[in-house]
Amino acid sequence: MCLGIPGQIVAITDSARMMAMAEVSGVRREVNVACIAQGPAEGLLGKWALIHVGFAMALIDEEEAAKTLEALRGLGEAQEALEAMAAGDAALEGQR
Amino acid sequence: MKYADEFRDPKAARAVLERIAAVTDEIGATAENPVRIMEVCGGHTHAIFRYGLDKLTPAGLDFIHGPGCPVCVLPMARVDECVELAERPEVIFTTFGDAMRVPGSRKSLLQAKADGADIRMVYSPLDALEIARRNPAREVVFFGLGFETTTPSTALSIQAAAAEGLGNFTVFCNHITVPPPIKVLLDDPYMRLDGFVGPGHVSMVIGIHPYDFIAQDYGKPIVVAGFEPLDLLQSVLMVLEQIRDGRAEVENQYARVVPEHGNPVSIAAIAEVYEPRPSFEWRGLGEIDASGLRIRAEYAAYDAEAKFGVGYGAESRNVPEPEGCACGAVMTGRIKPVACPQFGRGCTPEMPLGALMVSSEGACAAYYQYGGARAVDVVD
Repeated sequence: MCLGIPGQIVAITDSARMMAMAEVSGVRREVNVACIAQGPAEGLLGKWALIHVGFAMALIDEEEAAKTLEALRGLGEAQEALEAMAAGDAALEGQR
Repeated sequence: MKYADEFRDPKAARAVLERIAAVTDEIGATAENPVRIMEVCGGHTHAIFRYGLDKLTPAGLDFIHGPGCPVCVLPMARVDECVELAERPEVIFTTFGDAMRVPGSRKSLLQAKADGADIRMVYSPLDALEIARRNPAREVVFFGLGFETTTPSTALSIQAAAAEGLGNFTVFCNHITVPPPIKVLLDDPYMRLDGFVGPGHVSMVIGIHPYDFIAQDYGKPIVVAGFEPLDLLQSVLMVLEQIRDGRAEVENQYARVVPEHGNPVSIAAIAEVYEPRPSFEWRGLGEIDASGLRIRAEYAAYDAEAKFGVGYGAESRNVPEPEGCACGAVMTGRIKPVACPQFGRGCTPEMPLGALMVSSEGACAAYYQYGGARAVDVVD
């Protein structure tokens, strides 16, 4: 929950609400980009960010993203984050 | 040093480890009289054990595990209040998975769910917002848990709910802040700490200046660190060098992610939605002044405490910790996890008695998982 996970911004889904699609380890997840946007959200396309509980919190470069992901995998935290995202999707459908 | 082979760059790791050993010697620290460095963040505690950094560093260096795991410092009374909220028939209770197994005095959220409460694990408060939109006849409560790293996410979610007039979404706010418990530990006459490894992702939000008091008022070094094992080793070396040189400064080893002044959008959202509580209860540390946040009156419609009459507004809520549980003493660095009489016996990750055994960021769970022979010897 606290370590976050790197993701790449691949689409803007709602620029007024600062929502974007991020690709995290091959999984797509809608995230809020208000904390990293400097101007219109479209400027973030292709950028990498550290994503904490669905919010992009810091811009990082691609090399830092790869290194962070490797460190998270070592701690088992990358898998944990991906499982939490899947659990979040299931919760939306009312599956308990 | 076979463990160093696990590092992405073993050569760099060995070089830093050699310098750590040299500076520890120069300080004159020994196994009998070690230099004591606290890693504040639970993520760092996890990484230290995962990579065996406590075994790779000299005996004259002692890691003291700090209170930086939000699940671990959550008092039982708060878990009881979560269960109380979740058991209301109109409520859909949403939470990060980390909180599910924390024991309450009656039951954990996991047990409450098994008993029929509508409790849903989510990845993000954004999921809770979406559940509220899809279930207008139900009350959706999100369990707001965590330090400054996760606080912006609930602040921005409350602002989003307010902007769209979502009337069935509230947050049960248990957000806490890192600097106040550090001050409590520094004021504790039984505690001897020589320096700190500061939290990386908390500092990404708040910047490095909230730690100035550690250097200026207490004369102790602190280095904000990243999460890769090499980051941690470099940060420990920077703390040791400050101690050797008689310096006390706030340094930033993780500048590639942590801006000096933090993240302005996050800081503004936190200030807009939240204000400090007069005091907040921490497991093992008791009530600490201005260490927790509550939702401002302007956003009371999104405050589960105000809407359902639970929490600090309710009557006396003191719940004693379970008998024989030494989480408090471990949390304050007085004893190591293996010295707790329940460690590995009445308290395991599968059946935790205390919160430090629940989360992978808790010191007890880290000892249990990675302690290997050291932990087993003690238990057997």
